[in-house]
Amino acid sequence: MITGPRIKTLTIDDKPVGAREDETILTIARENGIRIPTLCHLEGLTPIGGCRLCLVEVKGIARPVAACVTSVQEGMEVTTDSPRLTQYRRMVLELLFSERNHVCSVCVSNGGCDLQDLAQEFGLTHLTVPYQYPRHKVDASHPWFTLDHNRCILCTRCVRVCDEIEGAHTWDLFGRGMQARVITDLNQPWGSSQTCTGCGKCVHVCPTGALSEKGKSVREMRKSREFLPYLRLMRQGRQV
Amino acid sequence: MITLEDLTEIAAKEQETRSAADHHVHVCVAASCLSLKSDLVKESLEKEVKQNGLAGKVAVKGVGCMGLCMAGPLVTVGDGVLYQNVTPEDGIDIVKGLAEGARPISRLEGDSKAPFFTKQVKVVLENCGKIDPERVEDYIAADGYRALLETLENKTPVDVCHEIQKSGLRGRGGGGYPTGLKWSTVLKSTGARKYVICNADEGDPGAFMDRSLLESDPHRVIEGMAIGAYAVGASHGYLYVRAEYPLAVKRLKAAIKQAERLGLLGTNIHGTPFSFTVDVRLGAGAFVCGEETALIASIEGGRGTPRPRPPYPAEEGLWGYPTLINNVETFANIAPILRNGGAWFASLGTAKSKGTKVFALAGRVRNTGLIEVPMGMPLREIIEDIGGGVPDGRTFKAVQTGGPSGGCIPAPLLDMPVDYESLAQAGSMMGSGGMIVMDDSSCMPDVAKFFMEFCRTESCGKCTPCRVGTVHMHQILQKICSGRATEADLALLLDLCDVVKNTSLCGLGQTSPNPVLSTLRYFKDEYTRHVIDKKCGASVCKIRKDEEVHG
Repeated sequence: MITGPRIKTLTIDDKPVGAREDETILTIARENGIRIPTLCHLEGLTPIGGCRLCLVEVKGIARPVAACVTSVQEGMEVTTDSPRLTQYRRMVLELLFSERNHVCSVCVSNGGCDLQDLAQEFGLTHLTVPYQYPRHKVDASHPWFTLDHNRCILCTRCVRVCDEIEGAHTWDLFGRGMQARVITDLNQPWGSSQTCTGCGKCVHVCPTGALSEKGKSVREMRKSREFLPYLRLMRQGRQV
Repeated sequence: MITLEDLTEIAAKEQETRSAADHHVHVCVAASCLSLKSDLVKESLEKEVKQNGLAGKVAVKGVGCMGLCMAGPLVTVGDGVLYQNVTPEDGIDIVKGLAEGARPISRLEGDSKAPFFTKQVKVVLENCGKIDPERVEDYIAADGYRALLETLENKTPVDVCHEIQKSGLRGRGGGGYPTGLKWSTVLKSTGARKYVICNADEGDPGAFMDRSLLESDPHRVIEGMAIGAYAVGASHGYLYVRAEYPLAVKRLKAAIKQAERLGLLGTNIHGTPFSFTVDVRLGAGAFVCGEETALIASIEGGRGTPRPRPPYPAEEGLWGYPTLINNVETFANIAPILRNGGAWFASLGTAKSKGTKVFALAGRVRNTGLIEVPMGMPLREIIEDIGGGVPDGRTFKAVQTGGPSGGCIPAPLLDMPVDYESLAQAGSMMGSGGMIVMDDSSCMPDVAKFFMEFCRTESCGKCTPCRVGTVHMHQILQKICSGRATEADLALLLDLCDVVKNTSLCGLGQTSPNPVLSTLRYFKDEYTRHVIDKKCGASVCKIRKDEEVHG
């Protein structure tokens, strides 16, 4: 008698793989050494399927699906790479670059940025869509950290880590569409936040230079995320 | 405990008071006529009746929407006489006419035998314009709540789902998912609790079907929800209404109170183990909250953003429990289906689209207002016969259906039947029922620009393609409309349409390119005229002369 989740078999890029029914396409692909580009996804945080970079094709479904939030199914035939997917991913990256003011040459995270890495992977040398050059502010009111909205890609990793791991829920979103931005507390300066514990997890999960430590100059900000799987494991251990 | 006999008694009493009066004067008190001071018309009529000593003989009643909103305030006397554009002063003449032996006032009289009225088939709107939306007794007199009690008495939840499946009813919110199938899925789902949600977050520009229905016949929706709750095994429901509809909210809340007082909502309804309560939740004005997962997030108190499906709400909905979520019009169809049987409903409409559909007819058409027609009626009949055609000697150009997710249907396709499949094939969609008629004074790229601007501002910002893609598409359409666009821009627009359509997270983004794609499909020449000749055929767009964009 089976008590836990059932096992499903499927193919990813023609490679037959096995998976538990509660696992996502992304998890299984990574387990089997198949790379799917991601941006808003971070192991240890609840996936949201927001950035749309991890789109993969599933036979029988017209639209590509986000690998990070799609559970495996028996007999699924997944394709993680095709000219169509590359075109979509490139365009999504272009849209992200055009949305705010990403200037790598003056960025603290230059050389350590998930967005930059992906741009290089896709050979993005220029944009076909026009830059929007929005006017965004920098919040440097916190004693140790800086928030630069110009570099934010609205992946909400900071929101999720603060809520799910730190348990403070200092971060949230404000506004909608392209006017959306991350805020601390009820849209107050970060430095005056009553809930922020100053743990810095948000800074280290941030994929770009939007959140950084003070005192870091160009190319000096390096993010370390080892704490995340560790804390997840510890927490799960306590819950069992 | 309320029984069928109680309902009959209430109905009989209501009938008795009604037959005591010789003349019945109905005044529309739905939003459209109210905005033209129909409340004052009603007051003036009541005052005149009193002053002329006709208190027992002439009964003045506020009723819901009569449909022909362009001619409001509307007043009917008895069955045949319809008065249009009535002012409070006209009340004197109307009552005087009645006092002198039911003489109609010819200067106010409209044609109640016009095709606008005779070509319609009313199922959902059967009570609209006939009953007082603020009195439950009036609804009961029109066979209200009978379907609910009879269902509780004689049918199992499985029977109800079968009946709905037999009727062939499909979701009226736009997608057209088979309602019976959805109900039986929720019935089959296991959960410690289940919920029923009525989606009344109608946000399409130019659409007012749900609003009129809620303002005119709120009990019908509540009854539909209660039957739905019984069918799927839920005991609590939410009515998610947008806060921009204060009158609908007021009447719904009043209706819920009345139903609770009579024991039609509450615990152990009709002496059965079935209990059902309803709460009203107000939407804060985000279009995306009409998307079911965003709506659920909003009820839960979170930010109204959609999440990927599956899991569908039928399996994992409100607070993680199985949830039945249907549109206002879908629920409004339930009571008549159970009263008359699924086979009766299935006899209306086409092979795949059963029943009737309510449309909000708006734009460049003579008779704007609320209409209900059988599925499969040709578009031409709706626009030319019911709508009365395009006014001011202009020519018809296109009709936009499905709101910002839909598309424009051009004149050569006017003989197309209105059903889910035909509309989708033409590049549009049924949508919730907005129908905006456009004549040759409309410029199609400009229309596409309008809808894209709507999608741009209403995007929630969760997924990249919709958040940023709609901004770029809108900018290109702005360039086209100001004569600054090049052919490369047009190509980029098509690329963006493809990306946004195929990679967005929810329906809002996935369908946002539709207005562009459908206008490009049928009115390509207008785009090329703007881009190459720098001219707007309809003289809507302000083409900037001699403007060279540098850098």
